[in-house]
Amino acid sequence: MSPAELRAKAAGQVPLLIQIRELARRSILRTIRQPAQIVPATIFPLILLAINSAGLDSATDLPGFPTDNYVTFALAFAFLQAGVFAVIGTGQNLAEDQVNGFFSRMQLTPIRPLALVAGQLAGTLALGLFQAGLYISVGLIAGGHIEAGIPGALVLIALATLITLAFGSIGLIAGMRASTPENVQGIFPLIFVFLFMSSMALPRDLIETDWFRTVATYNPVSYLIEGLRSILISGWDAEALALGFGLAVAILAVALTAATASIRGRMVRT
Amino acid sequence: MAESRNGNGIEASGLVREFKGGIRAVAGIDLEVAPGSIYGFLGPNGAGKSTTVHILTTLLPPSAGSARVAGHDVVTDGAGVRDSIGAALQEAALDPQLTAREHMRLQGALHGIPKREGRHRGDELIERVGLSEAADRKVVGYSGGMKRRLDLALALLHGPRVLFLDEPTTGLDIQSRTALWDEVAHLSRDEGVTVFLTTQYLEEAEQLADRVGIIDRGEIVAEGTPAELKAEIGRPTVAAVPADNDRESAARVLERFGELVPGSPNGAAVRLHDGAEELANIVRAFDSAGVRIANLELHAPSLNDVFLAKTGRSLEGAQAEAAEEGETGEQPVLEGAPA
Repeated sequence: MSPAELRAKAAGQVPLLIQIRELARRSILRTIRQPAQIVPATIFPLILLAINSAGLDSATDLPGFPTDNYVTFALAFAFLQAGVFAVIGTGQNLAEDQVNGFFSRMQLTPIRPLALVAGQLAGTLALGLFQAGLYISVGLIAGGHIEAGIPGALVLIALATLITLAFGSIGLIAGMRASTPENVQGIFPLIFVFLFMSSMALPRDLIETDWFRTVATYNPVSYLIEGLRSILISGWDAEALALGFGLAVAILAVALTAATASIRGRMVRT
Repeated sequence: MAESRNGNGIEASGLVREFKGGIRAVAGIDLEVAPGSIYGFLGPNGAGKSTTVHILTTLLPPSAGSARVAGHDVVTDGAGVRDSIGAALQEAALDPQLTAREHMRLQGALHGIPKREGRHRGDELIERVGLSEAADRKVVGYSGGMKRRLDLALALLHGPRVLFLDEPTTGLDIQSRTALWDEVAHLSRDEGVTVFLTTQYLEEAEQLADRVGIIDRGEIVAEGTPAELKAEIGRPTVAAVPADNDRESAARVLERFGELVPGSPNGAAVRLHDGAEELANIVRAFDSAGVRIANLELHAPSLNDVFLAKTGRSLEGAQAEAAEEGETGEQPVLEGAPA
């Protein structure tokens, strides 16, 4: 086919779904092919789960502690840590695209910002699903328990994946702002502190230090953890699930809107 | 979409790009690139070459002036421009985790090329740039030359009428450079693609370009065919390096034969009033003045001489100056400037 015929065939607007599909394929391949991105993001939460479960098991003796199995209690935190790694991984991938010029290459095609956002998040989604499945399996093998049963496990995966997507969208904003992968890496400690200032180690009503309990109460991360934890410990807790899903959707919506706006701004061509 | 007015060519008038702090990376450029020709845009680092390319490829709006690429206005019809052009920018813009074939598939899909045609065209281009054997290997293992060739193939995937190559051979070994030159020449000669090529290599501009624009500090200081530009300078130069570092004596002898021009820091150089036949007289003059010469060279005019004549600096000198400015931080950071 001659270049002229090719141009004629390619004329017209490219369907959004095709762009999303191809960028999603790229994002997934890119994620799968970078063990350095998958292994720490997957293993580190498991290591922390093992350490916490071994070291804090006696916390279950506290009056009012919601379960006698600390693995079940701590498992929810692993999903949140995976979310933190999603921020870093997604942000670094996007920043790398800008540094190595791949972003400019895409700018020269009829690509739409929404396709780029959705495509970039596809790898994050795939990794999130894999992590959720793995953490549930490891948690059960280690003696954990899912009070809501198999349907609960599915809801757990759904909420965990939603959280990963929401955090991944924050990663997109970070990737656009930070502009280099190294800068994105720099926000890791900040997010981790945010994560620890929540009800991750103890239920909020058992935190005795007033200021810590207040911070944990205002920290949305607490409600994400409690949503996940409710499925593991209480069964079906409508309020906890509504708060968990509601906040995850809200974070996703805000972060996605901001990320799309940021990418749209960066993609402005004449 | 605007109607094509200049076919596959490029026109620019009074093109300006100003960055924060009033820094003018491009300071009023006029261009006319004939359809199907190769235009060499020659200049040192930081001269404004890449900024010009970014404007012409719609990645950066001009602060003033206008430009049309393949008949489409870069400001009012950016989509039309992008449909007509291919670009390989300064860094090979590739995903290290994808293979060549996967890059082709993605690029084809983003351009809306039907899958089958895209695959066929992709394979054809991969073969043409000599990457068939490496087509299913991840780019992370490619050499610089292989990356450049893939970058070029990707830029050609949708059959562009105008091709922008921003320093395509920087850092490549001579074999990769020659292979790329052959491909660029073929595109222009056999496929009628207009090529806008920026380079800091004189040899590249001389070898490839039908016309050359020499840019320095954001302005075109000379423009024409390589032969025209050299004819403008006309006369050869002679450079002498004295054996005993007595530059003054060497310069005194040389200035009898023409006007002194900047040369080697250890010697002196002169643009001859007459032709190369003066060389014998120069040797005799050194001998009778008792100036011992370690090295004597006759230079036919080159594009570097054109650059020297127009800017007062050699291209290499300007290059070093730009590098030094970069190292010492004298060059202000251009916010929003392309890399």
